[in-house]
Amino acid sequence: MVSLRQMADELGLEVLVAPKQPDEAIAGGYATDLLSCAMSGAKKGYVWVTLQSHMNVVAVASLLGLAAVVITEGNRPDDETTARAESENVALMVSQNTTFAVVGRLWALGVRDGLADA
Amino acid sequence: MLRSVAADLHVHTVLSACAEVEMIPPLIVRRAQELGLGMIAVTDHNASDNAEALICAAAGSGVHVLPGMELQTREEVHLLCLFDRVEECRRWQEEVFARLPAMANNEDLFGAQYVVDYTGDWIRTEQRLLATSADISLEDAVRAVHSLGGLAIPAHVDRPSFSLLANLGFVPEGLRADGLEVTPRFNPRWGFKQWPQLASWPLVIGGDAHRLSELGCRTVFTIQNANVEEISLALRSRRGRAVTVTYAAN
Repeated sequence: MVSLRQMADELGLEVLVAPKQPDEAIAGGYATDLLSCAMSGAKKGYVWVTLQSHMNVVAVASLLGLAAVVITEGNRPDDETTARAESENVALMVSQNTTFAVVGRLWALGVRDGLADA
Repeated sequence: MLRSVAADLHVHTVLSACAEVEMIPPLIVRRAQELGLGMIAVTDHNASDNAEALICAAAGSGVHVLPGMELQTREEVHLLCLFDRVEECRRWQEEVFARLPAMANNEDLFGAQYVVDYTGDWIRTEQRLLATSADISLEDAVRAVHSLGGLAIPAHVDRPSFSLLANLGFVPEGLRADGLEVTPRFNPRWGFKQWPQLASWPLVIGGDAHRLSELGCRTVFTIQNANVEEISLALRSRRGRAVTVTYAAN
């Protein structure tokens, strides 16, 4: 099982807020830009891939207990959002790549969504 | 007789989790008076339970208050829904509540949602999670609001999130919205270049006020009375009615 640290290294992610337990295995992955979909689809310990970078992303990630949020296409959250992520223990990482490319790499690393066939 | 009415049709109260505690009826009315606003609309996220309190607080103040809501649709597009009467607004709230997920608000993450009286005193705390999407499409929401006699105006369309242009990419053909709202930061020089469709829509500028300092007076209606019918005429430039907006930057 791949860990958050391995994911960040393999995908060349910029870590804005580091995970508290970087060596814990990623439970699964979910990709959407709609927060309401993330709320019903992402599960505890999942990595959420999205190009949204606003404050509510942190709120949803914290609510669900996600392992990390990977923000795509180089979008950067503002300082207030990053500070909130620090205080809520939400790991935030930024990729310059598209969501499509990030998800493809995660899949290749063995991250699944708990639904699709391996 | 036609007159000029400065308006901010997008004002939050403490019922919106993300609003500051200063957003209570008497302070909102006072700030609206200071700005010379003749009309405001109460537009909390997916709810309208503070509308009546604001209407009461504004009685005799010269500020007309439209009851309303800022709906979040299935596409996560924010839509201003404005009505003449509290009863219509309440019926709309019932329809929206039936389409919200049965989730409880988490005050630590999203903030508290307070229902208050006209003095701003606490009545109750809304437990339902309002900061999410109702299961209704943008088009269906516009239709439903119209059937209740209201106005439907997509909010802050130039914002990078929760907006018509960001989430759908363009204004869908055949969308029967009454107008579009842009933010006070909208820059017409690049805005109309980036979204050429905007040029063919009546625009209003709303403060999307979550704190008192964010109330704005950039929209002026030329209307006879402050009501839905007159605003609708103004947005369509009919019978001498008109709407003008003042952009921050040119």
